[in-house]
Amino acid sequence: MSLTREEVQHIAELAKLQLTAEEETRYQEQLSAILDYAARLNTLDVESIPPTASVLPLRSIMREDVARPSTPVDQILKNAPARSDDAFEVSVVLE
Amino acid sequence: MLPSLTIHGAHDKLARKEITSVELTQAIYDRIDRVDARLHAYLHLARESALGQAKDADARRAKGEDTPLLGIPLAIKDVICVKDLPATAGSKILQGFVPPYSATAVDRLRALGAVILGKTNTDEFAMGSSTENSAYGVTHNPWNLDRVPGGSSGGSAAAVAADLCLGAFGSDTGGSVRQPASLCGVVGIKPSYGRVSRYGLIAFASSLDQIGPFAKDVTDAAMLLGVIAGHDPLDSTSMPNPVPDYAAHFRLDLKGVKVGVPKEYFIDGMQAEVEMSVRTAIDVLRSLGAEIREVSLPHTDYGLPVYYLLAPAEASANLARFDGVRYGLRADRGEVWETYKATRGQGFGAEVKRRIMLGTYALSAGYYDAYYLKAQKVRTLIKADFDHAFKEVDVIACPTAPTTAFKIGEKVDDPLQMYLSDAFTLNQNLAGICGISLPCGFDQRGLPIGLQINGPAFGEEKMVQVAYAYEQASDWHARKPNLV
Repeated sequence: MSLTREEVQHIAELAKLQLTAEEETRYQEQLSAILDYAARLNTLDVESIPPTASVLPLRSIMREDVARPSTPVDQILKNAPARSDDAFEVSVVLE
Repeated sequence: MLPSLTIHGAHDKLARKEITSVELTQAIYDRIDRVDARLHAYLHLARESALGQAKDADARRAKGEDTPLLGIPLAIKDVICVKDLPATAGSKILQGFVPPYSATAVDRLRALGAVILGKTNTDEFAMGSSTENSAYGVTHNPWNLDRVPGGSSGGSAAAVAADLCLGAFGSDTGGSVRQPASLCGVVGIKPSYGRVSRYGLIAFASSLDQIGPFAKDVTDAAMLLGVIAGHDPLDSTSMPNPVPDYAAHFRLDLKGVKVGVPKEYFIDGMQAEVEMSVRTAIDVLRSLGAEIREVSLPHTDYGLPVYYLLAPAEASANLARFDGVRYGLRADRGEVWETYKATRGQGFGAEVKRRIMLGTYALSAGYYDAYYLKAQKVRTLIKADFDHAFKEVDVIACPTAPTTAFKIGEKVDDPLQMYLSDAFTLNQNLAGICGISLPCGFDQRGLPIGLQINGPAFGEEKMVQVAYAYEQASDWHARKPNLV
């Protein structure tokens, strides 16, 4: 399984990761090697096996809908890279 | 020397008023000041708040209060939130982040009066097996400073081994508590999935992550587990099963206990001294009255590829939240998508990017069935292996890691080789079962070797019982690295 440079760039775009040319080269090699290794899963016939996403037997549990205090806005915004009054300040999303 | 005490040993002295928590806490900071420049176990020390907590604990004790943790100084891995202390997850992208709340596990420790000394080093977002992926520098193994402490909870393991705390917490997604415990010669527990609340643990792979304790002996580790275990309304995957007193059935013999030994965990390429020490430890279990049976976990070899598809897939989704909007680094490019890309490109280190890329690929259109779904199906087979084995035996005994601590730098350029150091610890996370690592010997270089005992899901009680009996019959846990 060999990834092309274009595939690496496409994945980086999906993941919103800016990569340097060097990183693209390195990940092209390393991801190809890891995917080669993962190919050993193809030796198993799992056609009829159900997938496991979680090992727990849980289903959604309902709780009483009771109001409780939330974290104060100021405490949350203390970590914001940029704030504007009681909001996170971000770049323009819609013109 | 106060820092070398176990938790129960320190508790006895505190209860008899021979020492105060302030004295104990100060003695540990003095030792940290002397030793940690060589180890780099801590990323952040909370001297002021810790000494305040110690003073409060002494005041509570003076009023007649007592708990097993009242005034006991502990360390917390930097992927676990402690209110008002930095939480970087070992990443530049979270530099400066101070969580406005604590993890439920931390709240439970504090409720009993534990003192939080500081935050310990970790591979970035807990992704790694050596602590070399920390953006803030590697932690050194207290037994040999040229070697890694294991990972990802290497800071916590090294801090316990070097007496820079009385106990510590880490997180285990594929071995990140057990493997560093093994490499540093301390006790570490990965609880069953759902046993401990993940609230306040910075998420890596949500279907695998668990918070677990490090300690100097099994008694302490079992007590710490009991404190953090149990249902939490803030984590919908925490289970309501009652929490037993894990030390209640400690005894010196193992009569009537069936111990399985999986042949797939003794493989070509593992260090001969590791195999010998673990086999000798299993002989000790037999001599204590345990019945030893060979068991088979036939899909063991598939665990590594399954894990390295599923964990990165979950991570790629979990780490999407680091976009420079609400916390941490922002590399502003004036335009939203370019800002996201630049922030993440600058903020994440090499291994985190590698896993985000791998996970994104495994989840992407056209590859989902071939990689992600297939890995989930094989996960079912791996879990079924353990289900089958635990019909025959109470616990499983095997090595924790295929080798002792390796050299710093030895595996950094070869991700697959690094991943192989988790070969014996990944499958337990995939199956959701519990595991403990405890010291069972040393190799010729004087590096510690770990014995792993696994129990079925929510079978921690029997698991720690077996570990305790072994520990009482040996003295490996009493050895200390020579750091002065």
